Amino acid sequence: MNGLGAELWQAVVVCFAAVFTNNILLTTFLGMCPFTSVSREVRTAAGLGGAVVFVMTFTCLLNWMAYHWILVPLGLEFFRFILFIIIIAAFVQVVEMILDRFSPRLYQNLGIFLPLITVNCAILGASLFMVIREYSLIVTIGYGFGSGLGWLLAILAMAGIRQRFNESRVPAGLQGPGITLIIAGLMALAFIGFTGVLS
Amino acid sequence: MKTASVKPMQEIIRDGLWKDNPIFRQILGICSTLAVTNLVLNTFVMCTALTLVTALSCWTVSLLRSWTPRNIRMMVQTLIIAFYVIIVDVVLKAYWPDMSRSLGPYVGLIITNCIVMGRCEAFAGSNPPGPAFWDGFFNGLGYSAVLLGIAVIREGLGMGTFCGWPLPYFSTHWDKWIIMVMPPGGFFVLACVIWACRSIRPREVKK
Repeated sequence: MNGLGAELWQAVVVCFAAVFTNNILLTTFLGMCPFTSVSREVRTAAGLGGAVVFVMTFTCLLNWMAYHWILVPLGLEFFRFILFIIIIAAFVQVVEMILDRFSPRLYQNLGIFLPLITVNCAILGASLFMVIREYSLIVTIGYGFGSGLGWLLAILAMAGIRQRFNESRVPAGLQGPGITLIIAGLMALAFIGFTGVLS
Repeated sequence: MKTASVKPMQEIIRDGLWKDNPIFRQILGICSTLAVTNLVLNTFVMCTALTLVTALSCWTVSLLRSWTPRNIRMMVQTLIIAFYVIIVDVVLKAYWPDMSRSLGPYVGLIITNCIVMGRCEAFAGSNPPGPAFWDGFFNGLGYSAVLLGIAVIREGLGMGTFCGWPLPYFSTHWDKWIIMVMPPGGFFVLACVIWACRSIRPREVKK
């Protein structure tokens, strides 16, 4: 019982760390492509971020089970890239079909973003990190959820800042991705301030 | 129709290296590699791997293009890319375990690098294998050149070294900017590189 309690506590800590000190976008640079291209509006950013949280939590869980229960016993660890990407693609496909069937409105709103998530490197990255850091099943759930939440937080903040930004005059060469990256750098600086909060 | 519109070689080279450079023109695939640009050597290994994977997967996708059903082509492309990435990963683990460990998950993330998929989809799917191979190769090279530049700046300013060798001025008199080897430095240097490159060659006038 004590072991389970400790593991749950570790899951909570890892989850918090993934949101703040180890933010998957601002410290490991994953999921940058949608971050720079889909962060013009808060609404769309929130939609994409929400989908990322959902997909990341569940694919981390599924990938953990596939890795530890199928690949490790068979000694096929190097095969994980293909298995992970297939599981992610299949999961996104299933979510799409379920949404289309039961909640067409949400499906309409998320339509374009769901397939985009399959190629979001943050999703695959979270699964690979979880393997490398040898998390247990419970900790993995916390990690997947926290990473997704951290990504959502970063893209929401960015979209909020960029909306304010529309009227300001930015040098021609710096417009668009350039200034987005500078803001991301400033945000990353701010997030460094969280270092040491958790140990 | 397929053979009439093959791009000439010089154009493939120029587009890949400069005109459509993956980094500062298309802003693609920065995720998986920006993270390792704090050390020149790591960047070099990552970029070599990426260039090889891009060139070979473009070649393979192009070879199989007439047998691949259109609606599952993304899946086929992903599997081809994953196949080459696994080879790179296994070879690296066997012959250079230290490097494999310090790159962590980033080698595997080449699979989701948008450049690889982007070139397969945009060029290799509708061109013969030869040009497709070179298109992938030169896009990878254009990508690598920019990232190596970023790595040289970050490692030099942040640690005063180049591939681990101390640089004359930066390792002695220079007050090291530790922030450069930390994540924010990556964002700032990339932003400045994009700024500089886009100012040198402003967006061309639409014909």
